[in-house]
Amino acid sequence: MADLNELYQSVILDHNRSPRNFREISDTPHHAEGHNPLCGDNLRVWVELDGDVITDASFIGNGCAISKASASLMTQAVKGKRVSEAKELFTTFQKLVTGQASPQESKDILGKLILFAGVSEFPVRVKCASLSWHTLNAALEDAPEAVTTE
Amino acid sequence: MSAPSGLPEADAVSYDVTTVRADFPILGQTVHGRPLVYLDNAATAQKPRVVIDAVDRFFREQNANIHRGVHALSAQATVAYDEVRAKVRAFINAREDREIVFVRGTTEAINLVAQTFGRGIGSGDEILVSEMEHHSNLVPWQLLAGQVGAVVKPAPITGEGELDLDALRAAFTPRTKLLAVTHVSNALGTVNPIAEIVSEAHAHGVPVVVDGAQAVPHIPVDVAALGCDFYAFSGHKMFGPTGVGVLYGRAELLEAMPPYQGGGGMIASVSFEGTTYAPIPTRFEAGTPAIAEVIGLGPAIDYMYEVGFEALMAYEAELVDYAVEQIGAVPGVRLIGTPETRVGVVSFVMDAAHPHDVGTVLDQDGIAVRAGHHCSQPVMDHFGVPATVRASFALYNTPDEVDTLVQGLHRVNEIFG
Repeated sequence: MADLNELYQSVILDHNRSPRNFREISDTPHHAEGHNPLCGDNLRVWVELDGDVITDASFIGNGCAISKASASLMTQAVKGKRVSEAKELFTTFQKLVTGQASPQESKDILGKLILFAGVSEFPVRVKCASLSWHTLNAALEDAPEAVTTE
Repeated sequence: MSAPSGLPEADAVSYDVTTVRADFPILGQTVHGRPLVYLDNAATAQKPRVVIDAVDRFFREQNANIHRGVHALSAQATVAYDEVRAKVRAFINAREDREIVFVRGTTEAINLVAQTFGRGIGSGDEILVSEMEHHSNLVPWQLLAGQVGAVVKPAPITGEGELDLDALRAAFTPRTKLLAVTHVSNALGTVNPIAEIVSEAHAHGVPVVVDGAQAVPHIPVDVAALGCDFYAFSGHKMFGPTGVGVLYGRAELLEAMPPYQGGGGMIASVSFEGTTYAPIPTRFEAGTPAIAEVIGLGPAIDYMYEVGFEALMAYEAELVDYAVEQIGAVPGVRLIGTPETRVGVVSFVMDAAHPHDVGTVLDQDGIAVRAGHHCSQPVMDHFGVPATVRASFALYNTPDEVDTLVQGLHRVNEIFG
């Protein structure tokens, strides 16, 4: 049976309550909007780049604990990373939350983000965890359209 | 028969929910190791054994296409199909069987009206749509408005989640060509005074399309008394199969409407020089319909009569009052919509957690609720919330299930508080 304590770990609950980097970065051209039309969640992600290094990342949005905590931890994780490294994080994170990779094999790359391993037991919540990452990806590619999980 | 002396007179209404529950096989199962508490009835209702058996029997013993073959099975299927039409006519008190059109569901029924009857609406005309509509009674009108250059105007709701009748009265103009309104709100449970609304609309010469999807499982519907021009509902929300719904339309309106889809079954005769269409309702039933599902709708109607509307209404009223009171008393809960007349639905948000998180926690206790915008985003916007938790009740739910739900909400507060 899926375990609620695995899903709602204390760090996730903490980031839900007090999301980090919950602000706008006003002077960057790299931002995007993400939307989950099924549940109405939406968020905006900003990144500041110095060459191909992410020097700052932030988000503002409305959503469930999983989506907010995921966005919050994501902004912390990608700061200081190269764009290619952030994209590798996204790929590995996606494998973790969909149950295609174990926390053990992902932890060197994901670090703290392996907290989201519990999401794989709750398939309907995978989109909540990955919305911010899809939105980050769009921000890095300067995609003009809002991304959606559908 | 009078009660023995010394005992109070038995209630006119007696209701044995245990017996009712025993008629629904799915309710006996466990989910995540807990007894299923199914409170997502506004999304779809569970099916009594009589419905399951009728669909099963049709495929095992009676399957054939209708209105086609001269052979015995086809003739029997045709009779069974048309008998359900007569049953639906009686169920909603329409005047004639031909006023009953079988469609896929409420959504298709409303799209049918928009794309056929709606052809009489032109550039600059106004379509009045209540703010509490499910997207299925809003988007078809937006599509039509886009096609013909008409305008969709919202009829506002109040802070309680009731239709603002004064604002509605004031919203009619000489350009108003149609009013679309729900009988019961799927997001709030509000029951609208349809008869009063219809007579106001008719005083302005405006026809009324009513979404009855959330009304039919809870209250007896009498289209003659309501006076509405069209009434749409789905089979699956009233304990019947998915894939079948009903459009009621006044015969004179249906007769004047062009076909919706072209194909087999809806024609009188076809040639390359010209095709003439079948009379109503066949004109609107192109292609092979959902025969088994229509036949399964029959016993769903019989079942509701058997339980009895008077009994189920009294029972549900008490149950929903109890739910409103108990859910509303949980710390951090805000009820969304506090209408005076409500059936079936209790919508709420919690300070501690987003509706999705509430839904996930409740699911672990075997409780099925809906978390989201319920395909009613304008309602969510009105209340300034992105989503709600919706507990929706049916004739088989119990006060014990309300208690289980409330325990689950306390658990949400423990986890997120």
